[in-house]
Amino acid sequence: MNIDIEDLAKEFGPERALHPVSLSIPSGALIALLGPSGSGKTTLLRILAGLEFPTSGCVRFDGADATGLSIQARRAGFVFQNYALFRHMTVFENVAYGLRAKPRRERPTRAEIDRRVTRLLEMIQLPEIGSRYPNQLSGGQRQRVALARALAIEPRMLLLDEPFGALDARVRKDLRQSLRDIHDRTGLTTVFVTHDQEEAMELADLVVIMSMGRIEQIGKPADIRARPVSDFVRAFTAA
Amino acid sequence: MSDFTPAQTGRATAEPRPVRYLLIGGTTVFVALFLFAPLLTVFTEALADGWRSALAALSLPDARAAARMTLSIAAIAVPLNAIFGLAAAWAIAKFDFSGKAFLITLIDLPFSVSPVVAGLMLVLLFGANSSLGVWLMANDMRVVFAFPGILLATLFVTFPFVARELIPVMIEQGRTEEEAALTLGASGWRTFLTVTLPNIRWALLYGVLLCNARAMGEFGAVAIVSGKIRGKTATMPTMVEMFYNEYLSVAAFSLAAVLAMLALLTLLLKTLLEWRHADLLAATRLH
Repeated sequence: MNIDIEDLAKEFGPERALHPVSLSIPSGALIALLGPSGSGKTTLLRILAGLEFPTSGCVRFDGADATGLSIQARRAGFVFQNYALFRHMTVFENVAYGLRAKPRRERPTRAEIDRRVTRLLEMIQLPEIGSRYPNQLSGGQRQRVALARALAIEPRMLLLDEPFGALDARVRKDLRQSLRDIHDRTGLTTVFVTHDQEEAMELADLVVIMSMGRIEQIGKPADIRARPVSDFVRAFTAA
Repeated sequence: MSDFTPAQTGRATAEPRPVRYLLIGGTTVFVALFLFAPLLTVFTEALADGWRSALAALSLPDARAAARMTLSIAAIAVPLNAIFGLAAAWAIAKFDFSGKAFLITLIDLPFSVSPVVAGLMLVLLFGANSSLGVWLMANDMRVVFAFPGILLATLFVTFPFVARELIPVMIEQGRTEEEAALTLGASGWRTFLTVTLPNIRWALLYGVLLCNARAMGEFGAVAIVSGKIRGKTATMPTMVEMFYNEYLSVAAFSLAAVLAMLALLTLLLKTLLEWRHADLLAATRLH
């Protein structure tokens, strides 16, 4: 699914989190929103998910206006910064949640839910942990469970908020590769937010650099490195 | 002489032995003297003339009417305040709006206002001296010295318990789990039932138990609003006082013992639930 963002702006009271920004995300791309904190990248991601609504501007999914679409109807697989796993449910229940929440007509049978959750847990290479609770898992395991839970609803896009932020360096490298693999296997349009330029440059097809609620530059990692459009981009990507 | 003392082994936070014994001993003596001894007195006084007279006192029509009144008041006030408290805590913890701090202060108001003042307030508002009271009277509705007044007084006094228990828990948990449920396609109602409620159930249960204990035990506000009419508006606590003032000490203490047992029962229930669900409790605690 391709996503078009047109003149999207967001104000929180007197504060402008997002100046009108426009961005076109091609179907199946892996995009990084890169910027320091307060640059508006998370706000943009949350608007795509339907967790926030823009003050003005519009969002199109495959050309159709989705600006006022309800959060449930968007079917965005969202991975939260601290994963937001349901701590009173087992891993299995967490992954099954979205399937059980479907309207009765579309809800898979119990056996089908079992099968799909098992397959997802195999995909994230944690087939044995279905009966555990989230706080019995390591940070990396939690992140993968959150990913499986988001994928369970067969989302139209995958949105990740600082997916590697809470992990130590080695786990981070592994999970980067597994996100890339999952993206390549599912072909989902994927947008992730990060403040780590190395992560963005290494993982994404297209990097969107943001600062102070504006988009500074959009481009392939190599192009941005070779031709930064502003001092800010040069300084931010110089590390 | 060296400064090193061999006693300083073990944990840095551990106090020296005498201090520990003093603290533990002091607490034990205090609990025994101020909590356990009075409770024991209530039961020994109730049973002073034996089981039979205690039971006979409890089957007095006035005592039974008072028990009925207290139980019906609690049966209405506790669920209502559980819902109000939940709504208030939800609003405060999950939404941003101006005047939030003021609302929190307002919720605490019944704690800082003397129950007697609360009772007087209701009498002034709904009594025969106010225009509202006159209008109610003209339409044949009684609030003061009747069931609705007692209910209002109890609601007022017990309002903060559930909200106070829930607010810190809900603030600490934030909104992301609910947001996650919504992105997974759950409706608002389903999110509430499957994510919000299970996460706060212990705090909610504890708040409800405290609220219940107070609803049954409230004296000051109810004494003023109810007018303490025997057999009609007297509740268990006010009836205990009336029996006592009439030197019917077995009746007074028997009824008091029943009240105390209701309180002990709620505590027992809470302990039992915590013990039964200890594993789940530990597993689902915040990481």
